[in-house]
Amino acid sequence: MSETNSIPSAVISEKNTLIIDGRMVTIGSERNLLELIRSAGINMPTFCYHSDLSVYGACRLCIVELQGRGIVTSCTTAPEPGMVVSVNTAELRRIRRITVELLLASHDVNCPTCAKSSSCRLLDLVARLGVSTVRYRSRAAKQPIDTSSLSLVRDPNKCVLCGDCVRVCQEMQGIGALDFAYRGSKVQVLPAFGQGIGEVECVNCGQCSAICPTGALTVKSDIDRVWQALHDPSKVVAVQIAPAVRVGIGEAFGLAAGETHIGQIAAALRQMGASYIYDTAFAADLTVLEEGTEFLKRFRLGERLPQFTSCCPAWVKLAEQRYPDMLENLSSCRSPQQMFGSLIKQELAKETGRSSDDIFILSIMPCTAKKFEAARPEFSTGGRPDVDAVITTQELARMIREACLDFTSLEPDSLDMPFGFKSGAGILFGASGGVAEAVLRFAGEITAKRWLNPAEFHRVRGLEDTREACIDLGGVNLSVAVVNGLAAAQRLVDDVRAGRKRYDLIEAMACPGGCICGAGQPSMEGNAVRVARQQGIYRLDTMLQMHKSQENPYLQQLYKNVLQEPGSHIAHELLHTHYRPRRRTGAHEIDFDTGEEQSEGAAVHIEVCVGTNCHIKGSHDLLHNLIDHIDKNSAGHLVDVSPTFCYEACDRGPTVKFNDEILEKCTFEEIAGRLDRELEQLASREATEVGKIRDES
Amino acid sequence: MNEILDSFNNDPYRLIAILQSVQEEYRYLPEPVLSYIATNLGLPRARVFGVATFYAHFSLQPKGKYVVRICDGTACHVNRSQSLLDLMDERFKLNDNKPTTDDMLFTLEKVSCLGACGLAPVVVINDRVYGQVNVDKLGAVLDEILEDEERRR
Repeated sequence: MSETNSIPSAVISEKNTLIIDGRMVTIGSERNLLELIRSAGINMPTFCYHSDLSVYGACRLCIVELQGRGIVTSCTTAPEPGMVVSVNTAELRRIRRITVELLLASHDVNCPTCAKSSSCRLLDLVARLGVSTVRYRSRAAKQPIDTSSLSLVRDPNKCVLCGDCVRVCQEMQGIGALDFAYRGSKVQVLPAFGQGIGEVECVNCGQCSAICPTGALTVKSDIDRVWQALHDPSKVVAVQIAPAVRVGIGEAFGLAAGETHIGQIAAALRQMGASYIYDTAFAADLTVLEEGTEFLKRFRLGERLPQFTSCCPAWVKLAEQRYPDMLENLSSCRSPQQMFGSLIKQELAKETGRSSDDIFILSIMPCTAKKFEAARPEFSTGGRPDVDAVITTQELARMIREACLDFTSLEPDSLDMPFGFKSGAGILFGASGGVAEAVLRFAGEITAKRWLNPAEFHRVRGLEDTREACIDLGGVNLSVAVVNGLAAAQRLVDDVRAGRKRYDLIEAMACPGGCICGAGQPSMEGNAVRVARQQGIYRLDTMLQMHKSQENPYLQQLYKNVLQEPGSHIAHELLHTHYRPRRRTGAHEIDFDTGEEQSEGAAVHIEVCVGTNCHIKGSHDLLHNLIDHIDKNSAGHLVDVSPTFCYEACDRGPTVKFNDEILEKCTFEEIAGRLDRELEQLASREATEVGKIRDES
Repeated sequence: MNEILDSFNNDPYRLIAILQSVQEEYRYLPEPVLSYIATNLGLPRARVFGVATFYAHFSLQPKGKYVVRICDGTACHVNRSQSLLDLMDERFKLNDNKPTTDDMLFTLEKVSCLGACGLAPVVVINDRVYGQVNVDKLGAVLDEILEDEERRR
């Protein structure tokens, strides 16, 4: 404090400056004091502050002392000229230390075996703040670990309630699968009704696990299954490596972000026992031809536009949950991972003369949702999945360490032919905008009927969450949108549905920046890493000899020998799929009966779906009018009307179950008419029966 | 349900008021009802669940026909409110872990201060307030309710 007091008041009142620990600092465009302190070179600790998300002020670690105002959190305080800020005082250090101590007291400290131990921010803070003892007793009751998801594991015993996952899911992805529940000492971060994270609307993007500072949300590990296959002499393990993995894995070994290490990955995998090492980018080239051909056909006929890309499994699940009536706009192409799985399993079985059951396809992905995708029932052949196991970049790094390999000194090896050969377009899939750019390099050239410089489509590159470009192809205009982050994607789709925007092609990716920033990549913070990885992808594209998927000679050969032509019958069988509406609520039946109004003697039972999509299409009014109609006819004792959730025909809603029959695209008039007829029949039947009884008596 | 939502214009900012009205209707907040509210208001289900579990006023469990609120605030506590809680445990096996009888007749709620400390210990059964309650008095009230219920059957 004495330092700050010694500064002449004339300096303090100078416009646009303030004092931090005795140093004069100029206020720039920083949104809050925390950003200013950090830009002044002070690495202020925080849990809950992320520049992309809203300010929350929960972790209390970024506290500072403001002269005349006392202790405040710097993330929630705007910098003002003349402020005198202390960051490093005995009192502040003591408070920060107690805060961390308290967090440790309610934290399940099994650090050595925790999946996050190498990147745990709590552990880092304990070391940085010099916390050496925990004087508080821990909470007794342990909560069960949620393993319901194929992609994620939620361990509530390690949650520090920073709310990062809640905000990333809500603000960045627009899903809101997690939120705070209960109160006081019982507060927890939970999916709705405490259901498993795999049973709710979670799309498996894993951004919650990437942002989680502790081991409360982690990626489900499939490492053991992969080792088992690698050690099994009866198995032939063929590996595919996604484009983004090669520009991310170096960071796990302390190398610079964005550097390419595909050679080291190949060498490591071969030493670990993999038989064939291929490239997902080959399958990405294949995707370009299939998806591009599909797009050209739709574009020519002007139907099912805009065409959405379908490479991102988190986006696909969101579309199935939220936009069932737009599923036909999704490209029917499987993702490169799944194209690779079905095709290579078949081709390798042919080549090696082994049963396809002996071929084990291993995917190395930057993505957690790919684990979910590989387990989708439509991506299996003869009861066995086309892709047998998916591990993330981080899991691969862990396996390399477990195999006692020194990644940095590995002699780079090459990928195997022919499925290790790719064009630059295939590599582009790793960055947001890459799929659109790759498809344009193919479809654009065909539409323009001339050779095009690949650089013409660089306009779809960038870091903004939504980008658009109108591309002139010799008189034909192609309107393209690229969106990353599912909240932005939902805003864009809502614009398209409302007719405010019109596009021909939309690329949608869940993770900000695309696959390079997938939740399976080494943990990262800040934009610099994102840019470095993106540049790494673009550099790879530039360095490869071919930039267009259609130029890939091994792909041409594959079409000649196996697939005939893009969109052929066999291509459809192996490379395409279909989507189905998916209920958001998991196995959650609705039952509005309160036990008082049950009409047990009802002759007609009507259930009206009030799920999201039927609701949007007016099931709410339908239900309302129907109840009025029944009341008007005083038929309440004969008819039992109840709302229900989801018959999984969301694209054909509103759906109504009339007795045992499920009706689609219902209107009130239709249901009311049907009900009237039913009641009439009932009345006449009753009349005859009454007549009969009368006759008998 | 729809009437309640309509009366609040399906406004997500009025979630708490909507939950209050719905609970009045159903006596508790069933999960499917919360899902339905979330869908109608365009809110994530986890958010609605979070709000419903934050406030002690909201219950996600069905409550019995008679809600017995026993005050365990300071004044009632020193006037032996614990003996009343013990009575509920003895007679109906009701406690913190099991608040409602299997026949859905009684729900026990331990509350902190009903604002009638001069009458301590205080018990409120549904909307009726009983002051200076002891074990015998509470026992008699409960007997009365049981007899009443028996007669109705």
